[in-house]
Amino acid sequence: MAVAFDEMNIPGGDLRPAYQELARWLKETPPEALEYRRQEAELLFRRIGITFAVYGDSESTERLIPFDVIPRIMSGKEWSLLEKGLKQRVRALNMFLRDIYHGRDILRAEIVPADLIFQNPVFRPEMNGQQVPHDVYVHIAGIDIIRVDAEDFIVLEDNARTPSGVSYMLENREIMMRLFPDLFARHRVAPVERYPDELLSALRSVAPQSASGEPTVALLTPGVYNSAYYEHSFLADKLGIELVEGRDLIVKNNEVFMRTTEGVKRVDVIYRRVDDDYLDPLTFRPDSALGVPGLMSAYAAGNITLANAVGTGIADDKAIYSYMPEIVKFYLGEEPILKNVQTWRCREPKDLAYVLDNLNELVVKEVHGSGGYGMLIGPAATKATIEAFREKLKREPEGFIAQPTLALSTCPTCTASGLAPRHVDLRPFVLTGSKSTTIVPGGLTRVALKEGSLVVNSSQGGGTKDTWILDE
Amino acid sequence: MLSRTAENLYWLARYVERAEYLARTIDATLRVTALPAAYIGKTNEWDSALLTAGVAASFYQQYEEANEHNVVDYLSFSADNPSSIRNCIEAARLNSRSVRTALTSEMWDTINSAWIELQEVWSRGTSTREDLAKFLRFVQETSLRFDGSAYRTMLRNDAYWFSRMGLHLERADNTARILDVKYHVLLPEEEHVGGPLDFYQWTSILRSVSALTAYHWVYRETLKPWLIADLLILNDTLPRSLASCYGNLVRNLDQIGVAYGRQGPAQRHARGIRNRLEHSNMNDIFQHGVHEFIQEFISDNSRLGEIITKQYLI
Repeated sequence: MAVAFDEMNIPGGDLRPAYQELARWLKETPPEALEYRRQEAELLFRRIGITFAVYGDSESTERLIPFDVIPRIMSGKEWSLLEKGLKQRVRALNMFLRDIYHGRDILRAEIVPADLIFQNPVFRPEMNGQQVPHDVYVHIAGIDIIRVDAEDFIVLEDNARTPSGVSYMLENREIMMRLFPDLFARHRVAPVERYPDELLSALRSVAPQSASGEPTVALLTPGVYNSAYYEHSFLADKLGIELVEGRDLIVKNNEVFMRTTEGVKRVDVIYRRVDDDYLDPLTFRPDSALGVPGLMSAYAAGNITLANAVGTGIADDKAIYSYMPEIVKFYLGEEPILKNVQTWRCREPKDLAYVLDNLNELVVKEVHGSGGYGMLIGPAATKATIEAFREKLKREPEGFIAQPTLALSTCPTCTASGLAPRHVDLRPFVLTGSKSTTIVPGGLTRVALKEGSLVVNSSQGGGTKDTWILDE
Repeated sequence: MLSRTAENLYWLARYVERAEYLARTIDATLRVTALPAAYIGKTNEWDSALLTAGVAASFYQQYEEANEHNVVDYLSFSADNPSSIRNCIEAARLNSRSVRTALTSEMWDTINSAWIELQEVWSRGTSTREDLAKFLRFVQETSLRFDGSAYRTMLRNDAYWFSRMGLHLERADNTARILDVKYHVLLPEEEHVGGPLDFYQWTSILRSVSALTAYHWVYRETLKPWLIADLLILNDTLPRSLASCYGNLVRNLDQIGVAYGRQGPAQRHARGIRNRLEHSNMNDIFQHGVHEFIQEFISDNSRLGEIITKQYLI
């Protein structure tokens, strides 16, 4: 495994320009002061109730995501490159989805194999030929970005279903501004606070034609026991829209209404944080109590916009991921600005043979897995685990992809033994409305707090950092 | 607003009010049972506490004896008692979480920090009297803080009115329940047989609705049972009296009616109860039987709860 790219220090002892002021400040600030503010931050998180639930963890159902007070900093120049790349990527994702559910040019051109689409459980035949307002499928995308050198940004994963984490981007900034006003005064950090406004305008812009002049938007949550519930209530609050559960909605004559104290009221756009499978028990899982019976028929009738659209999973599936560079070129005729991680598709015999031979060096992921579960990290795994994975791979090769073990870049992070480099990734949030695609400068930086660990997922010991884009 | 949101706000206020009332009841009972036996007679005050909390039946399924230890445990900390202080606080927090968007940050902070603080009490319990007193005070203060932050920070719209309605409905129920259990010590002098022992009962009743000082300001008299009944039932200057609760309920329901441009059975029913309270005097009430009067009130009050639920919350 290569040496990780250090975002603060240049080998040889110099600092990267974006970090110079932070380094000066750190030198002036005693470690106790940092520790004190770290504790204060934790107290704030707990009081505000910014918690998440870990499934299958009966001990404490609400946990805090550890927050690291050292910001991760990027220069404005780096950001503009990343921003351009993200917009390009999301444009391609939307065009791909429109094509898959309509003309399927890309399959005829044999860029993506058809069985990868049609045999994929996240492909939704219900969406075939269905018109979605303004052809926007992915209104909110969370693209996971990693760095391995100073030049490139690499996409680790496209999250095109119901990406979460944006509340942390916003709350981390709030808390940092409260705790470190002095540090902010010494930097020009691009603000993130207009995210809720931009999200609301994006959602309003895609209202169906049958909506009234002032479309009504609601956020659909699975409820208080969902791991991201805090975020749902936070966003509904910031957007000033109702936070609804399935039982608050009813469908009449193919229109969606919410039950209010003054009778029912029509809803035009649903920012849904419920997975496809649970949206409508009449169409998908009949045992779902989270959904709204009849929602899909209202959707088919064009009376409600769902954001994100149904069936977007086919675009962020790990099996499709490896085709993304070709997908970008196919629809946009441009070279992809963001790179992909080299990926071996285990469904292809040649790739599978290579993967089986090099298991101890590779990361193997389930095609339909998420959250860092069901993953093999070769270099860190025991012999027994590797052998168990070998069997799984042979039994069901199409269920897996493999990637080289990447040295994610590192940022200085508070640890028990002082500041030390820890691996990070970044999830910026890309909003697509009827007219424009916008990204607030920043995103959620996740950090693997354990020394040497590459797993940044909050369910597995990851923390978060505030992400600063310097306005130059 | 969403019916579910209104429902949550309404129940949130009820749970907080109930927790406070339970804390007051335990507090008052501790004081009266601390007196030498000669001052309180043979009644089991802990039994009365269970009755006023409306949980006597379920209590005796688990315990043999209504003594301080068992009753305090059951009313405060029991996870099995749906109306224990603990379950009220847990339910209040859960409700707050599901209506966070309708709460001001001050209200959320009150409930959430109380909940965090009390997690430790749930796991440890209170080992000394002092601990217990501290806990009971904390619960009452939480309710005051919640009430105060609602009053000072909420927009005056339907969210506020539904929350207030929950509070007044619960409060009326609590006051009526004390009267229901203790009415026998409040009967006019010639009819009742308690004698001077009742003095401590009377103070205890007043204390549990935080009206001991108020009594003296209102009547400038020594404690007299029918005046206590008058204060708790008919005097609308006392915030915990039935009359005051109904004055507020009618007002809140009217505000909602105006905002929505429509009145309904809830408004009519509440007005009916208020009118009856307005046109009664203690003489008539005693003549027709305090107990009957109170029982009727309790069932009318819970009927209003059902009507509100049907009209607005589902």
